[in-house]
Amino acid sequence: MITLGHYLFVSAILFVMGVLGIFINRKNIIIILMAIELILLSVNLNLVAFSAYLHDMVGQIFAMFVLTVAAGEAAIGLAILVIYFRGRGTIAVEDANRMKG
Amino acid sequence: MIALAAFYLFASVMIAAAAFTILSRNPVHSVLWLILAFFNAAGLMVLAGAEFVAMLLVIVYVGAVAVLFLFVVMMLNIDLAEVRSGFTRYGLFGAAIAAVLATEVVVADEAWHSGALMLGARQAVTPDNMPNIQALGALLYTRYLYVFEGAGLVLLVAMIGAIVLTHRERSGVRPQKIGDQVKRRPSEAVRIVSDQPVGAGVEL
Repeated sequence: MITLGHYLFVSAILFVMGVLGIFINRKNIIIILMAIELILLSVNLNLVAFSAYLHDMVGQIFAMFVLTVAAGEAAIGLAILVIYFRGRGTIAVEDANRMKG
Repeated sequence: MIALAAFYLFASVMIAAAAFTILSRNPVHSVLWLILAFFNAAGLMVLAGAEFVAMLLVIVYVGAVAVLFLFVVMMLNIDLAEVRSGFTRYGLFGAAIAAVLATEVVVADEAWHSGALMLGARQAVTPDNMPNIQALGALLYTRYLYVFEGAGLVLLVAMIGAIVLTHRERSGVRPQKIGDQVKRRPSEAVRIVSDQPVGAGVEL
């Protein structure tokens, strides 16, 4: 019998893994974007699990909207990444200090 | 029993794929592991009875977002050795943050199990007599219509933003101007270079 706790446990692991991915890949924005996708995936998994647990369709509706925003975020993020690489020749986050006053 | 076995299969493969996504040395491998993670998450969602969201995950993420990532990874010429340095410097700090987060999630879960939260009334009870996609559509196109159109606007803005950001005007190229070519008339295209009458012949 699969319970809600199973789903919550798995998506908690996934969420923490996404956060860890942001911290250990400081030199590579592409993998940071992928880690953000992992975080959003765990949120979606939570929404769907609660939707099934509560017999409420609204969770799945919200999962769809999260998916939409995640797709838009990936597109904009990668576009910014491309113009950043064009100007700097590197994608390291550490020396991204051009906006510093 | 089969459902539980399938759950453990999907969950373990998904978590392993997520770990390889953030640990992989090569960004292309990372994207491929990410695709595997999304496939297994779709499997988990099918197990929870959300078939449409699962299929959407496969189509949108594997079909569009992952391919976008692959394109960008292959377009940029990244120095891998330079990218990997600093791994250990932030590893400890990141692990500490992750441990704090994990503890908080466990605490929140326990608090929820102890009945701290009063759940409100259901907004839309899942109907038993229709398939998932039909129930989702009946809700999405009625009560959540404006939110749905707002999601479409978000995608439109994202598309225009991505195009505006990455488009660049090139100098030094001479593109074909079809309008100018069509507008051209014989009177301005042909030039009579001498006053010789027509049919008079030329001197050789």
